[in-house]
Amino acid sequence: MTRRRVAVIGAALGGLRTVQALRAAGHDGEIVLVGAEPDLPYDRPPLSKAVLSGERPADDLGLATAEELASLDTTLLLGRHAERLDVAAGDVVLDSGDRVPFDDLVVATGTRARPSPWGLPPGAHLLRTRADAVALRSDLVRGGRLVVVGAGVVGCEVAATARTLGLEVTLVDPLEAPMVRVVGPGAGAMLAEMHRSHGVRTRFGARVEQLEGTRGALRVRLADGEVLDADTVVVGIGAEPNDGWLAGSGLEVRDGLVCDEFGRASGVTGVYAVGDVARWWHPRHQAHVRLEHWTNAGEQAAVVGHNIVHPDEPRSLAPVEYVWSDQFDRTVQVAGRPEGWPAEVVGDDEAVATGRFTALFGPPDGPLTGMVAVGSPRSTIAGRRAIATGTPLREVADAIRVRTVANR
Amino acid sequence: MPVVRADLNTCQGYANCVLAADDIFDIDDSGTVVLLRSEFPDTERPRIEAAARTCPVAALVVEQ
Ligand SMILES: Cc1cc2nc3c(=O)[nH]c(=O)nc-3n(C[C@H](O)[C@H](O)[C@H](O)COP(=O)(O)OP(=O)(O)OC[C@H]3O[C@@H](n4cnc5c(N)ncnc54)[C@H](O)[C@@H]3O)c2cc1C
Repeated sequence: MTRRRVAVIGAALGGLRTVQALRAAGHDGEIVLVGAEPDLPYDRPPLSKAVLSGERPADDLGLATAEELASLDTTLLLGRHAERLDVAAGDVVLDSGDRVPFDDLVVATGTRARPSPWGLPPGAHLLRTRADAVALRSDLVRGGRLVVVGAGVVGCEVAATARTLGLEVTLVDPLEAPMVRVVGPGAGAMLAEMHRSHGVRTRFGARVEQLEGTRGALRVRLADGEVLDADTVVVGIGAEPNDGWLAGSGLEVRDGLVCDEFGRASGVTGVYAVGDVARWWHPRHQAHVRLEHWTNAGEQAAVVGHNIVHPDEPRSLAPVEYVWSDQFDRTVQVAGRPEGWPAEVVGDDEAVATGRFTALFGPPDGPLTGMVAVGSPRSTIAGRRAIATGTPLREVADAIRVRTVANR
Repeated sequence: MPVVRADLNTCQGYANCVLAADDIFDIDDSGTVVLLRSEFPDTERPRIEAAARTCPVAALVVEQ
C-alpha cells in the first residue's frame, strides 16, 4: 500500500484525536495538522469552569504533552486558516496562499460562538476560545453584577462559576427553563431551582432587545421593558459550524459537513469530518445529526482514524449522545435524547431537592431513549449502555431503584 | 508490563473510561474511578491507551 498523506484541518480536540487514532491504527504516511488558533491543541470544557474560577491556569489546557506531539510525527501549521478546498486538485488553500496537498482530508474545524445580535460593547463577552476565557475572567475578578444572556450549557456554567466567585448573577433566556434543548423542560425546571437556590436571579421566558453601555455600566433591556444593569455581560446563545471554507467545494454542507455513518463526506472519496462541524448519518435516529459534545468528537476521531487506514473494513458509529456539565457542586450528565415523553424520575423528593436525581425518557413500555442524571454518576453508565442496546426503560428504572435502596 | 494509573483526585466520574473498557475501569458510588486491574499485556496497549484518552480530565495515564 502506498503511504498516503493526510491533511487534518482544525487543531483542537477532534483534529488531535484523529491524528492519534491514525498513528494508533498504523498510518505511517505524512500527516499535516492545520489550526487557525496560535495555540497547541487545548481543551475547551475548563474554559467555563476551572479557568474562569481561577483554579486552573489558562495555559495549562494542553490535550497532549510536547513529547506526545513529537511522537506523532506530524507537521503542525498553527495560526493558519484554511480558506478553500479544491477537491479536484486534492489540496487545501491556506490564508497564506500555501496549498496543502492530501490523499485523505479530515475536516475538524468545529464551531464558533454565535455572534451577539445586539453587538458586543466593552465588557460584553462571547466564550469559545482560551483568549475569550482570559478576557472574561479579567472582568469577573472585578466582581459586581454579571448578566448571562442564554441559559444553555455554557451560559449555565458561567453563571454558576461567577456566582461561586461571589458576583451578583442574573441568567436570562427566552425559553421557560435552562438547558431545555439539552435536558427537556422538566429536568430544566429542576436545574432552574438549583441555580436559584444558589442565589442566581433568573429571567426565563424573557427576550433581550438591546445591549448598551460599557464595562461597569452595561444595560440589558428586555422585551417587557425591564432593564438589567450589569458590570459584565456574557452572550452565550449557541454555536455555529465553521464550514464556510467548504463553500464552492461541491461537498454537501448543511449546517455542518454531511457525512455517512462512517464519517465519509457524501459524494467524494477521501474526505471525512469529525467533531462539532460534522453532521453524520445516525443509523438509530435515521437522520443526519450534528453533535457539539466533547465525547462525540473523540469517538468520531477514533472511527475516522481507523477508516482512513482500513478503507475496506470501515467502522460505523451510532453514538449515544453524552454531555456532562459541572454547575456548582453537581455534575449534570445527559445521555441519548431526553425528549418526546414525560420523564420518569428516580429519586425521592429529598433527593431531588438536594440535586441528586435521575430522569428517564422513552415510551412507557419501550426502550430507554434518553436520560438526565444529576449527581448520580453510576446511573449514567447504566443509561448509556441501555440506550445503546435498546433495553426497556422499566428494567433500567428498577435496576437504579434497587441500587438506590441498597445504598441506604 | 504496561500499567494504567488513575489520579483519584482529578477523576470526576464522567465514566467514559468504563464505557470504553469495562474490564479495566469501573466507577464507585461516589463517582470515582476504580481500577479492576492495572497491569495488562503489551498487545492490549492500543485499546487501553484509547480508553484512557476518553477521560475528559486526563485522569488516566498508561506507563511502561
Ligand atoms: C466554554 C465551553 C465549555 C464546554 N464544556 C463542555 C462540557 O462540559 N462537556 C461537553 O461534552 N462538551 C463541552 N464543550 C464542547 C466541546 O468543547 C466541543 O464539543 C469540542 O471542543 C469539539 O471539538 P472540535 O475539535 O470538533 O471543535 P473545536 O473545539 O471548535 O475546534 C476546532 C478548531 O478548528 C479551528 N478552525 C476553525 N476554522 C478553521 C479553518 N478554516 N482553518 C483552520 N482551523 C480552523 C478552530 O480555531 C478550532 O481551534 C464546551 C465548549 C465550550 C466552548
